[in-house]
Amino acid sequence: MYGSTNLTEEEAKRMNTTVEDPEKLQQFEDRIARGEKIEPGDWMPTEYRKQLIRMIEQHAHSEIVGALPEGTWITRAPNFRRKLALIAKVQDEVGHGQLLYSAAETLGKTREQMLDDLLNGKSKYSNVFNYPAKTWADIAVIGFLVDGAAIVNQTINSKGSYGPYCRALERICYEESFHLKQGHDNVVYLATGTKHQRAILQDAINRWYRPLIHFFGPPDKMSAHSEKLMKWKVKLASNDDMRNQFLDMYVPKILELDITFPDPNLRKNSDGIWEFSDPDWDEFKRVINGDGPCNKERLEVRRYAEEAGRWVRQALMNPSEKYKVPLA
Amino acid sequence: MSSLDPRVNRLDKKKISEGEVHTNTHLITWEVFHQEKRGKQPVHVGIVHASTPEMALVLAKEQYARRGKTTNLWVAKTTDVYTFATEDEDIFETTPEKTFREPAAYKVRDRIEKFQNQNKVEI
Ligand SMILES: [Fe+2]
Ligand SMILES: [Fe+2]
Repeated sequence: MYGSTNLTEEEAKRMNTTVEDPEKLQQFEDRIARGEKIEPGDWMPTEYRKQLIRMIEQHAHSEIVGALPEGTWITRAPNFRRKLALIAKVQDEVGHGQLLYSAAETLGKTREQMLDDLLNGKSKYSNVFNYPAKTWADIAVIGFLVDGAAIVNQTINSKGSYGPYCRALERICYEESFHLKQGHDNVVYLATGTKHQRAILQDAINRWYRPLIHFFGPPDKMSAHSEKLMKWKVKLASNDDMRNQFLDMYVPKILELDITFPDPNLRKNSDGIWEFSDPDWDEFKRVINGDGPCNKERLEVRRYAEEAGRWVRQALMNPSEKYKVPLA
Repeated sequence: MSSLDPRVNRLDKKKISEGEVHTNTHLITWEVFHQEKRGKQPVHVGIVHASTPEMALVLAKEQYARRGKTTNLWVAKTTDVYTFATEDEDIFETTPEKTFREPAAYKVRDRIEKFQNQNKVEI
């Protein structure tokens, strides 16, 4: 889950009890049912706005923090071409973050409020970026599989109902296809290389397997649901469906390289559903709540950037200019 | 904190802030228009945050012209852009009385054929 739509019990309850103007709500829902997009100036239910801000904001934070594990290897890329590609990819990810902050901003929360909430821990980002990139092979696996998972999520979300989010995602998905291709290229080079290259790739797959299973969030039977989020096209596919789609697309592309996954129970059923061992959802919860291998470092780096750049931002401020919510 | 990232290890740890940091330092936004090729319309592509038009153009170049073709970029302050209210969308609906504006409203073939039949016109 990049931007999470998982609700706490309390949130799910509030979604079903918040009272809205019935006539406006009807028009809003009819518009979505006709496949039309909602634009920033439109009337929208309070909970629709709230959940979208939360989801898009988390997605934006994930892009920004996601640049950190990959950035780890920019200084030590194995050759110039790989270094150029990695720099370009990391720059794209930060650009995705900005596009997404802009989309969330149209809903009335400023980019600075969102960044504040990232730094003070109120707002989450994807768990997967709280794991370390130990070797160059991790960069290959992140580029191929983490981006592959992100693309599954983003392609589905780009069919959602909120215009600015869909437009941002279309731009993003276009750039993601480069991330995926260069990641696959990198994986294939390692897999078809020396014994040592194959060994570090296998090691990286072993370590990223569980975070990847966690990526789409807890299983459907464990998470609170809101039919409304589906009806309003904020959530478009369940966690399990997205995870299944991901495994279907990418597991064979690793196995064909004679690389394995560290799970004897990973297999596809006759009905097309992938099975896997219990990936320890308690670990998922621990990491989300701040107790992962890199949570502290990730936030400290962001806090440093914040503090070190403060004088620049202040120097640039023009107090006579009045901020207005962007249009689209 | 010892990081796998040498750049992180070089950071000045005293500069890591504790919490609330931004309070009202958001720059205004600029609407960005991208022209792909000479002869094509500039198209709205998104926004950037900046304090001056020069800074807005530099950031727009980084964000919207990283790859592919670009001929030019335009930026305009969000506050300088005026729009209709979204709920007034119906003012743009074409009514049946306005079909005289449409090329499809002008059909003469039937009349020509009727004229030719009546007057035995041969070509
Ligand atoms: Fe991205
Ligand atoms: Fe990416």
